[in-house]
Amino acid sequence: MQNVIQLANINKHYGHFALDNINLTLPAGEIMGLVGVNGAGKSTTIRILMGLIEADSGSVEVLGHQLPDAQVAAKRQVGFASEDMRLYKHQDLKWHMDFVRGFYPEWDADYARMLLQKFRLNPTQAIKGFSHGQRVKASLLLLLARRPRLLILDEPTTGLDPVARSEMLEELADILRDENRSVLFSSHNTHDVEQLSDSITFLHDGHILASQGIECFLDKWRNVRCTGQATAEALAELQPAHVRQNGSVWHIKMDNFQPSVLEAIKAQGLEVVDVMRMSLEEIFIATVKKDARYEH
Amino acid sequence: MPDQLFLSQTDNRPMYLQVVEQIKLKIMAGDWPDGHALPSIRELAAATKVSVITIKRAYSELEQAGLIITRPGRGSLVAEGMGQDALRHQELHHHIVKLLEAADKLGIDNHTLQQQLAEALKQRQTPPASE
Repeated sequence: MQNVIQLANINKHYGHFALDNINLTLPAGEIMGLVGVNGAGKSTTIRILMGLIEADSGSVEVLGHQLPDAQVAAKRQVGFASEDMRLYKHQDLKWHMDFVRGFYPEWDADYARMLLQKFRLNPTQAIKGFSHGQRVKASLLLLLARRPRLLILDEPTTGLDPVARSEMLEELADILRDENRSVLFSSHNTHDVEQLSDSITFLHDGHILASQGIECFLDKWRNVRCTGQATAEALAELQPAHVRQNGSVWHIKMDNFQPSVLEAIKAQGLEVVDVMRMSLEEIFIATVKKDARYEH
Repeated sequence: MPDQLFLSQTDNRPMYLQVVEQIKLKIMAGDWPDGHALPSIRELAAATKVSVITIKRAYSELEQAGLIITRPGRGSLVAEGMGQDALRHQELHHHIVKLLEAADKLGIDNHTLQQQLAEALKQRQTPPASE
């Protein structure tokens, strides 16, 4: 099987929000980061992927199974976690581990023990005494020890302290060793997803703004700082993503940068001072602002 | 201990270039001699905690630069004759090119440059033993 996730032309309408023609593909063995502001549609997309809500139209395929019809077969091999999932607060982690183990014969007890140690979790303490970070790590342990082929994590790093976040990313990195395992994880924070992700999808206001390999984003975007006199109309020929001017200083953000652009800028009478790479966060913000619908 | 690279989040170069630099450093330091087998792409990605695609890109850059050789199905090796010494000279050459560019930009002619270089060598407090 080539793709572990295949969403085609997904639409879902609510009163005040709509997912608009979502197409998303995750090849086996890859990690994809789904980035969007709060309310962009990340959770709705993930819930459709998990068969928790049904799309109005379009097709959903997970691990080769058509959803929602074959969701039981798909979910055996999918590990899913979201913020609104709760553990039983009066039970301890060991109880949860035994519980999950009963459903999944693939449960890896050695790996679970290793994760207990690594995450410094006490298996015999009732969940209600756990901090938020400990609960998130406990949920992750319950998922990882099943060794699912596909992990779908909705905002796994939200609300975690820097150390817990780093521990979580370290465990996700370990999944990279196996070329048959894949991850889709969402965040409103580009920093959390950019390091591990092979590809990044920007979701905004219910539609996909961009979805490509992370290197493509970083290669194509540049912030060119120039000085001199020019007009924004003339610069529009270069098809910049965004132009800002203050006095004789110009910042031109390009999303289709090639060295020849610099000659074209000079031809407009500007002096190029420097050409800066952009962080994924800057690229995300510029992409959202460039989106025509942002204006309304 | 498995091979692992140390990358920085505040380094503003792209990740794959940091990986290229770190691997060059390992070759220059002699940790990875001629013919040394590099870790697999997935292994290095997991150990370094960066995406597979980043390591892939770094390996292909290193291959284009002739530093490593990749054989399908057998992984990558440090290219013969591309070990420590060759790389050290290459690295120095890179700095010399930078120096010449700087001199051009500042409008300093060859003669003055040579004089200044000779002066700087003379003033250097602890000359390393000649090889």
